[in-house]
Amino acid sequence: MKANCWMDKQVVEVREVPDPKILNERDAIVRVTSTAICGSDLHLLNGFIPTMKKGDILGHEFMGEVMEVGRGVKNLRIGDRVVVPFTIACGKCWSCQQGMTSTCENSNPNGAQAEKLWGHSASGAFGYSHLTGGFAGGQAEFVRVPFADFGPLKIENGFADEQVLFLSDIFPTGYMGAELCDIKPGQVIAVWGCGPVGLLAIKSAFHLGAERVIAIDRFEYRLRMARELCGAETINYEEVEDGPLETLKQLTGGRGPDACIDAVGLEAHSPGLQYAYDRAKQAMKLESDRPIALREAIMAVRNGGIVSVIGAYGGMIDKFPIGVVMNRGLTIRSAQTPVHRYMKKLLGLIEDGSIDPSFVITHRMPLADAPRGYDIFLNKEDNCEKVVLKA
Amino acid sequence: MRVTKAITINRPIEEVYAFWRDFENLPRFMYHLEMVETIDGKRSHWTARAPGGASVEWDAEITEDRPNEAIAWRSIGTDDDVRNSGSVRFVKAPGDRGTEIVVTTEYDPPGGKVGAVFAKLFGEEPSQQIGQDLRRFKQVMEIGEVVRSEGSPEGQGRSILRQHPVQPHEHRSEGEARL
Repeated sequence: MKANCWMDKQVVEVREVPDPKILNERDAIVRVTSTAICGSDLHLLNGFIPTMKKGDILGHEFMGEVMEVGRGVKNLRIGDRVVVPFTIACGKCWSCQQGMTSTCENSNPNGAQAEKLWGHSASGAFGYSHLTGGFAGGQAEFVRVPFADFGPLKIENGFADEQVLFLSDIFPTGYMGAELCDIKPGQVIAVWGCGPVGLLAIKSAFHLGAERVIAIDRFEYRLRMARELCGAETINYEEVEDGPLETLKQLTGGRGPDACIDAVGLEAHSPGLQYAYDRAKQAMKLESDRPIALREAIMAVRNGGIVSVIGAYGGMIDKFPIGVVMNRGLTIRSAQTPVHRYMKKLLGLIEDGSIDPSFVITHRMPLADAPRGYDIFLNKEDNCEKVVLKA
Repeated sequence: MRVTKAITINRPIEEVYAFWRDFENLPRFMYHLEMVETIDGKRSHWTARAPGGASVEWDAEITEDRPNEAIAWRSIGTDDDVRNSGSVRFVKAPGDRGTEIVVTTEYDPPGGKVGAVFAKLFGEEPSQQIGQDLRRFKQVMEIGEVVRSEGSPEGQGRSILRQHPVQPHEHRSEGEARL
């Protein structure tokens, strides 16, 4: 089969590789019909997530048709259409039973190594380094899906792939980002990053009752999508004269937003010295992640407010403003999204017309063009917001 | 050398105890063991294979057996090079979370040729290896088998540095063949 493989920093290639096989009883093999490139795939591309190997198959947002099931899978049949959650979860451990499938205690075959970096292991994930299990990803013609009797969501209502594909990751992630803010009527929410997850966080924040949402980015076309498609007010942080923090105060009567969502993660930018500092430390491997958006969100949020972190981080940061968190009584909430918990509920929102997440798609191309898709997404060419690959 | 590791298993204490008490089950999650044969109610014969293929064998006897509480064992016989002992304690986890187990493994710093093979069994990081054994034990108890991925087709145990790229394999690797 053909699959999009990580070959080196900045290099992906579509290559001919062996077809996947059933390795565990609860596996299924899925023929991928649609798959997407995620912002976190760019962190892998840029070499910021450790333990990638030459040849690793990428991709964790995908859906398709069941081709084969292991003998432990009773609820799926050949030909079923399924969307697959990007976090891999067994459904039997205590974490899964609490709904925290992204910290499944059994699904990461490299858990002992993950423990060294993170204290405890998190769940396995598709196409997302050896540290999260070494699972082949879904930017391929076929993919093996472990625990297929627990994860995949059957699509039986005739929706097009594009309407339901994002239940695999970015819709649940954006929604969770808003949910972690505990939004109450009348509240103002700020969202750093107007990539696909940021836009879906804005939509979700309004759905959950926010009165106003303020979006922050530096790409005008993304800010336009936030304004025109999601109803947000926007700040271009490279252009506002008073800087984003003062501007946010001006827009919120000096209080600051009630909650802030970091939908940027470990490769943040800023026009100032802080960027040069973090970029240099990251290059020297003194700091693995560049937490500029996170620091700004912490500084900006009102006293007693919530900072919701859904942008991807991998390891360590420094200059963490703990004094701000302590003295102003802030709450920081975060998770790799337990996708399983949100899929059915968000399918309901698609069905009743509340949110159609397909509005983020700007580019569609065949799987064979994946390297070009990565390129334009990385370089923000041609107003690229979200690339969907058709296998 | 003494290593202690703990893990919580989301299964009733009786089930966890019974599975461990049948030593013939141990090779399902302790990958350095090739086979354990029960000789009688107290004694068993253990065969282990070190990286590189050399194998060592020894007999062990149970020194403590309190159902649903503790099991302890030690090697018997005259061969000092493979002298080792182990114990596992079972405690009901608070908050209806199943069973906590605490495993302690002990072996003398081995000498001689056989001893060198024995030392290899536990690798350079015995604590991590026993941690991996317990993760596999948890997988077998909670989901019935060891979880595999394309990068780790044999399940937990191989360091990330030595893993395959994450692609399906054309041919079964040596690691897979063992299962």
